[in-house]
Amino acid sequence: MIRIDNISKSYGYRLALDSVSIHVDENEIFGLIGPDGAGKTSLFRILCSLILPDSGNAKIRNLDVVTDYREVRKIIGYMPGRFSLYQDLTVEENLEFFATVFGTSIKENYELIKDIYEHIEPFKNRKAGKLSGGMKQKLALSCALIHRPAVLILDEPTTGVDAVSRKEFWEMLSRIREEGITVIVSTPYMDEAQLCDRVGLLQNGELLTINTPEGIIQAYPKDILSIQSDNLYNVLMDLRDYPLAHSSLLFGHEVHYTEKGENIDQHQLKEYLNKKGHYNVEMNLLKPGIEDSFLELMKE
Amino acid sequence: MRTIFYIIQKEFIQVVRNRVMLPMMIIMPIFQMLVLLYAATLEMKHIELFVVDNDHTEASRTLVSKFEGSPFYKLSGHSASIKEAEKQMKKDKTDIILNIKKGFGESLNRGEGTDVQVLINAINGTKAGLINAYSLNVLSEYMGEYAKDKGLYSEQFSSGSLDVRYRYWFNAELNFKHFMLPGILVILVTIMGMALSAISFVKEKEIGTIEQINVTPIRKYQFLAGKLLPFWIIALFELAFGLTIGKIFFDIPIRGSLFLLFSFSSVYLLAVMGIGLFFSTITRTQQQIMLLFFFFNIVFILMSGLFTPVESMPQWAQTANVVNPLAYFMRVIRMIMLKGSGVQDILRELISLSIYAVLILSLAVWRYRKTS
Repeated sequence: MIRIDNISKSYGYRLALDSVSIHVDENEIFGLIGPDGAGKTSLFRILCSLILPDSGNAKIRNLDVVTDYREVRKIIGYMPGRFSLYQDLTVEENLEFFATVFGTSIKENYELIKDIYEHIEPFKNRKAGKLSGGMKQKLALSCALIHRPAVLILDEPTTGVDAVSRKEFWEMLSRIREEGITVIVSTPYMDEAQLCDRVGLLQNGELLTINTPEGIIQAYPKDILSIQSDNLYNVLMDLRDYPLAHSSLLFGHEVHYTEKGENIDQHQLKEYLNKKGHYNVEMNLLKPGIEDSFLELMKE
Repeated sequence: MRTIFYIIQKEFIQVVRNRVMLPMMIIMPIFQMLVLLYAATLEMKHIELFVVDNDHTEASRTLVSKFEGSPFYKLSGHSASIKEAEKQMKKDKTDIILNIKKGFGESLNRGEGTDVQVLINAINGTKAGLINAYSLNVLSEYMGEYAKDKGLYSEQFSSGSLDVRYRYWFNAELNFKHFMLPGILVILVTIMGMALSAISFVKEKEIGTIEQINVTPIRKYQFLAGKLLPFWIIALFELAFGLTIGKIFFDIPIRGSLFLLFSFSSVYLLAVMGIGLFFSTITRTQQQIMLLFFFFNIVFILMSGLFTPVESMPQWAQTANVVNPLAYFMRVIRMIMLKGSGVQDILRELISLSIYAVLILSLAVWRYRKTS
């Protein structure tokens, strides 16, 4: 469906994408995870034929994004990270405009956007600029879908959106996939990776891994220990001085700890912490989560 | 075609919703016509005259009253001291000093030559030139009459013998407003056309909506045409509006055909809007494009012949005016309105501007990249 092969792009001296290759199958939700500045937006803009890669090539349904850009633009729906609809046009006028630009009408594809558009339809005469963040996002998604694209490309759609709207949004995406549309989405939130069929982890323009979420978790090589204490900060500092420690990272109210070897000797660790004056320490072996895997990959 | 139509429709909705743009379109022509026309006048009235009369004869008094009788002069003061007069001029309280020395009348009576001194404040050179011309007129008229009265027809006073009669063609009353109004219309139409379409384009870049447009199958020429046509129509309306104001308030003559004027304006607008759109493809923000407009429009306007005739500019400036669309329109609008020129008189300008429009619009389409 989408084949990205050895795409590189640099801005001046800064390398934004370093020989990235990704293959996305028909009708899957592919997530591109990475911190800010990882190169997610650059990759998406290349896919949308908005910027040209320095080398490598990308194809959507066998259409090259550089040479067949005109055809590509007809089969993709793109939702940029920044709200890019006309703020001085109403909800309905925006939708109508983008429908006509693609040579279709709201009526023709109403079924596809119905679930999403229903939420904002009561406000259809309101100017887009006057909508709340969640509603703007739903309108943008409706506009990106109105011509029933084969591929939907979403650049950080959930950034700056509240937790409830985020959950709703991902539910919408899985319904969109059921309609036979391939979805490729980027996000800086690692927890959203589990909602994708497959994910790629991008850091500094380099693709670190690409797998199903389960695959990524299973590939995690070590024991992982959750450590809780009422003096968590000092425990964390002392853990970092422990000679066997590989990583100790704060996860909310606990520390996720791994050692250089695969297995952890809890007795020895407890003795070390006691010696440092920490007696009230609780330790539990954990099943690694996707965030542990990502952080481990990004550390390497 | 359908796509272009929808872009135009979108632009019109946006213009109507804009809280600044719509009122400006109505206020600007009214303001420019009614206020600027009075302000930007070269007609001389109320020339402040200061008289220094040390002669005190009938002859000198007649001369002074001759000046006072002219509609252009206003006596601002008189004194026997030239020092006092100079002081007034330094304070900018007077424009011209008429200095009549003792013995003026006596010399005249004896039929000898004599002189009067005329001192003119020349801070504004154009104004000084005009005052000079007016004053010479008054003086020679005075000499003619004086000579007649005294029955003197000596060679010295022969200026009255050759009667020169002037007839001013195309603007018989030398009404400055009839000259300026078409010029101000040109500026109005230019600013409306050039700035509005280009700024609305750059605004899409600034706000980011262009991003969404660029991933659609909209073709480059379609988008630019959609940006151009609404403001083209608006600018032509502005021209009609401005002409109506001119007709009602100033009874401006429109001797040529209105159809020809509007046809020429349509071509002209395509050229200036092409320049605007080209600028908008090379800028990113509204601030940048405004700066470019300031730079080019001030040069274009001052070189267009709005106030001063292009023919009196140095040759290089006249050559440079080839790329100044305002210079073409400034000439043609006055030719059509004041002279009633027909299509064959303006054919050269029409063809030049058509070529100009095609070139600059192609350049804009070529330079607009949907891919960065």
